[in-house]
Formats: sequence, C-alpha cells, structure tokens
Amino acid sequence: MITKTRTTLFYVALLVISVAAPFVFPAYTFQIALLWIMILFAVTWDVMGGQMGYNSLGNILFFGMGMYISAIVQVGLFYDVGTYTAHSGAIVPVFSHDQYFTGLVAGIVAAGLGSVIIAALLSQVVFGLRGPYFAIGTLGIALSAGELIGAWEWVGGGGGIALPKYPGEPDGRSLLYYFLCFASAAASFMFFRWLYTTRFGLAINAIRDNEEKAEAMGLHTLQHKAVAWSLSAFFLGISGALFGNMTGFVEPLEVAFPTVTFGIFMVAMALLGGKGTLWGPVIGAVVFHVIKEVTWTHMLGWQWVALGGLIVINVVFFQQGLMGWAQDKWPERFGLVVDESMSAETKEAAK
Amino acid sequence: MMANIDLLAMAPVLNVQLLLDGLFIGAIFALAAYGLALVWGVMNIKNLAQGDFVIMGGYIAWFLGTQGIHPLVGLPVAIVLMFGFGWLVYRYIISYVIHRDMFTSLLATFGIALVLQQLLNLIFGPDVQVAKSGFEINSLFGGLVTVANIKFLSFILAGILAAMVILFMKKSRMGQAIRATAQDPRAAKVMGIDTDRVYAFTFSLNSAICGAAGALISMIWVIQPFYGITHSIRAFVIVTAAGLGNLPGVIMAGLGLGVAEQYGGFVLGAEFQQVTVTGLLVAVLLYRSYQMNKVRQVVQ
Repeated sequence: MITKTRTTLFYVALLVISVAAPFVFPAYTFQIALLWIMILFAVTWDVMGGQMGYNSLGNILFFGMGMYISAIVQVGLFYDVGTYTAHSGAIVPVFSHDQYFTGLVAGIVAAGLGSVIIAALLSQVVFGLRGPYFAIGTLGIALSAGELIGAWEWVGGGGGIALPKYPGEPDGRSLLYYFLCFASAAASFMFFRWLYTTRFGLAINAIRDNEEKAEAMGLHTLQHKAVAWSLSAFFLGISGALFGNMTGFVEPLEVAFPTVTFGIFMVAMALLGGKGTLWGPVIGAVVFHVIKEVTWTHMLGWQWVALGGLIVINVVFFQQGLMGWAQDKWPERFGLVVDESMSAETKEAAK
Repeated sequence: MMANIDLLAMAPVLNVQLLLDGLFIGAIFALAAYGLALVWGVMNIKNLAQGDFVIMGGYIAWFLGTQGIHPLVGLPVAIVLMFGFGWLVYRYIISYVIHRDMFTSLLATFGIALVLQQLLNLIFGPDVQVAKSGFEINSLFGGLVTVANIKFLSFILAGILAAMVILFMKKSRMGQAIRATAQDPRAAKVMGIDTDRVYAFTFSLNSAICGAAGALISMIWVIQPFYGITHSIRAFVIVTAAGLGNLPGVIMAGLGLGVAEQYGGFVLGAEFQQVTVTGLLVAVLLYRSYQMNKVRQVVQ
C-alpha cells in the first residue's frame, strides 16, 4: 500500500523536478513547456474519452478557440483588430510592459471562459450523438471551425494574426511561459484528480458504463456531460492562449486547429498511457512526447508515417495502454483484489 | 456573396454549368459512399480511411498515366490493385478490430488514413495532380458552359460500375453470402458461410470501389495526398444523410452533395468549398439527432 506520506513525498519530488527543469536544461525550456501542454491535452481528453466514454476527435476546437480569443483580446484592448491584421507585417505596433501583461492576463482568462461558453452551447446540440457519430461530429466541427476562421478576414484570414511582442529578455519570456504551462497542466491534473474522487466523478463513470441505466437512476446525464466537457474546454482554452503566445503567431490551420496533429496526439497519448486511469494520460504524454522529440528530426519525413503506424498498433494490439497493462500485471499494487470465486463464476458463465 | 447570387440570377446558364459539374462529381461521391455503406452495414466498421483509398486509386491511375498508359486503362488496374490492398489491410489490421467497440475501428482506420496520406506525400510529393485523359472539351450556350467529354464518360462509367456492384450483390453467390452475413452473422455461420472470408471480401470490394472512384476523380478533378480526409467526410455525409441500406438515398445524396458543393464554392467563394462539406456533415448529424430527440432516442 502507498501511504499518505509517500504520496506527498512523490508530489514534492515531482514539483522540485519540474521547477528545476528549465534551469538544469535551459536549452530545452520550450520542449519541456510543450510537454506540459501535451500532458494537459491528454488529461483533458481523458475526462471525456476515458472517464465518460465520449470519444471526441475535435477537442482541438477549444485549443484553437482559446488561442484566437486570447489573440483578439490582447490586441483588441489597445488597437482595432481589423486594422491590426490588415497591416500585419507592415507596421509593428509596440505594446508597453503594462499593456502586454494586462492583455496577457485578460487574454488567458477570456480564453478559458470563452471556451467554456462554446462548450456549453455546443453540448446542447452534440450530445444527441453517441459513439462513432459523436467522434465524427466533433471532428467535423473542429475542421469547420478551422476553415471558417481561415476565411474570416477580420482576424487575419489564412494569413493569421501576430501576437504582441514580449517586452523584455527572451530568457525571461521562455521562463514565464514555462511556468505558466507547468501551472496550467498541474492545475488541470490536480483538479481532475480531485474531481474523480467526488460524486461527479462517479456520475460520469456511470455514464460511460451504461448511459441509459444512469439516466434511469435519476442522473441528469446531459447536465453532467455538458459540465465535464466545459471543464476540459476551460483548461484547453487556457493552453491555447499560452501556446499562441509561446509561438507568437496564430494561423488557422497549422497552429490553431491542427486537427490531424495535436488533435489526434491527445487521443494517441491518452490511449498509449491507458485511458480511464488517473496517471495513464500523463505517462502516455511523457512517453509520447519524449519519443517524438528525440526521434522526430532523424526520420526525414517518415515520422508521420510512424505516427499513424503507432496509432494503429496502439489501438489494435495494445488498447489497454501502459497503465492498463501494469494493472493487469500487478493488480495488488493498484489496490485491486481479484476475487477468485467471482472469476471462477464468470468462467462458468462464459461457457 | 450577394454579388455572386446576382450573377447567377442574371446569367442562368451559369446554373447549368454548376449543376452539370456537381452531378458529374457527385456520381463519383455516391460511388465511394456506397462502398462505405457496404462496409458499415456488413461489418460495422466506420472506415475513416475511405477518402485515402480513393486518393490512392487516383494516384495509381495518375502514375500509370505518366508512364504512358492511358488513365482509362489505369482504371481496371487501380481496381485490381486496390482490391489486393484492401485484402492486406483487412488481414493485418481490420480483422483484429472487427469485434471490438466501434471507436476502436474508427481510430484504427484514422491511423491508416494518416499512414496512407503521408506515404503518398513522400512518394509523389504534395503537388496537385490531374491524370491527362486527352479528350475534347465541348462548349454549350456559346461558350458559357464547358463540358469535357471525359466528364460524360466518367459519369457513364460510374453508373456502369455501380450497376455491376449492385448486380453482383443481388445475383452472385458471394453477394448473397455478404447480404446474409449483414443480416445475421451467427446464422450465416451456422449455414456454412465462412464469415471471415465474407468480411475480407467485403472490405476488399469496398477498397476496389474506392480505387475506381479515385481513378475517375483523377481524370475529371484533382488529386492531392491530403485531400483524402475531405473525401472521407463526404462519404460520411452521404451515408448518414441517406441511412444504411438505402441505395436510392445514397445516389440522391451523392448527387446532391456534389451540386451543393459546387454552389457553395461559387456563391460563398472558393475558400468555402471545404467548409460546405464539413458544415454539411455537422448539419446532417445535428438534424438526425434532432429527429431522434423528438422520439427520445439518440443517433448511435
């Protein structure tokens, strides 16, 4: 059994490692910050896909929406967005120190809240779709959003929109975004860790296991689904705002709504780690991101083929993921006790 | 946008052009969608790699065209090659996911789609390609409407291919076995049908249909490695709008989608052509869920 002090020690050690990482490996600050975003992706996807049984292929929608909302707020507080994007590149407006940080805070908050509103509105219409229809429907929504924003001239159309330039040293900038990414990923993990221990966590698990029965037991399933989706949208929106500011430039198809890269990474990472477990998505994200960053540049264009292959192999042959595999192998470590009499009975029933 | 609508009102012949183009391309969409409906209905596999199979067939015809073989000769070659390819995909991937939950097959085929589009990109490069068929272009209404002969020919070919597939499903022994398996796989097995072989054949048949659709598209339209996902979404729009096992519905929805897309691209601007497809997908799904909601059911 894992005792309480050991758990605390474990979290403190993780915290120390995370805080020290950008100082120990200053050259990799951006990559490690991206790792935090990936962890956030996998954890927020798992709320729906793993815990609630609604496999969304379009969660990237909130990432892109958060990015655009924050860009519009950050620019729009001080300039007219239409003129700003129309003159993109020709004139570079200067944002003062105060303007930059006011805009950043307002942008992040607006991104989170805006994504929640979008999720709440969408959930009124998409949750009539189940299983594969839900997956395809959300994929369609994310693809449409990317195309529509790409055709919207006010926010720069296909050319995109540049975010305010950081007023200060580049080192300070990368450290600031590192810690913001770390904080948002840690906050989302701790929040959902707590959420899964509550009645709400049990309710969404009940929806996953049998939605009709859950509803018959008196659960307001639509409300629960809407809240779960809005919660993951909140964190995804914030991660979008942070990522947009980290890259400094927002463009509709490759940066904001990368449905076939980041959008599918979240699913792949959660599956690799083991969906429906607390630590699975985190482990999956770390393994996936490290392998990707180490091998990506050496594969000369074959990396995408390898990615597709990884998804196929993962889904077809290793669906339980790393955590699921570990649980099967050492059930007693996870506090799972196999009741022999029960398993014998199930064998009988199967015959 | 209003200017484009005015233009249509002032020059009604432009409607003829849009309608014809839409119907010619829509016939091919319907062909690919029929393949999807087949696999969906018989095996309960939602093939997200459908569009990439189409594009792959197109590249086979286009590649043979660059080697001096006419794309119309490339069409049967694409059908045969894609049939074999489908068999391999079934044997090594699909046969493992067929009895799992449906999201598994969706994600597995999405992975296949990624692999295919990237492989095509690596082999043939990201350029937009057209297979040159070298037919004449006819002008109607004093040059306002142009129709290439190849479009007529491909329309007829799509019709013949569809008729052949339907005849095969109705009359041949394998077609009857496929329909029996779709109705009740367990009973079919008891009656001595090798269902595994039926599944393999169904998936390969779908892949061959896609190959034919792709070869036609490469002649009358354009192909590019990353266009596959849009073709998959088109097939999904058509099948969800028509419903499974509704052949006239699939044909009507396919032709309708072709026309709708042409009008969407013309009226709203070329950058909205893609969004017409994805937007229609969302609209169709939401309409279905609204319909089901009235009888307290869900789309599943």
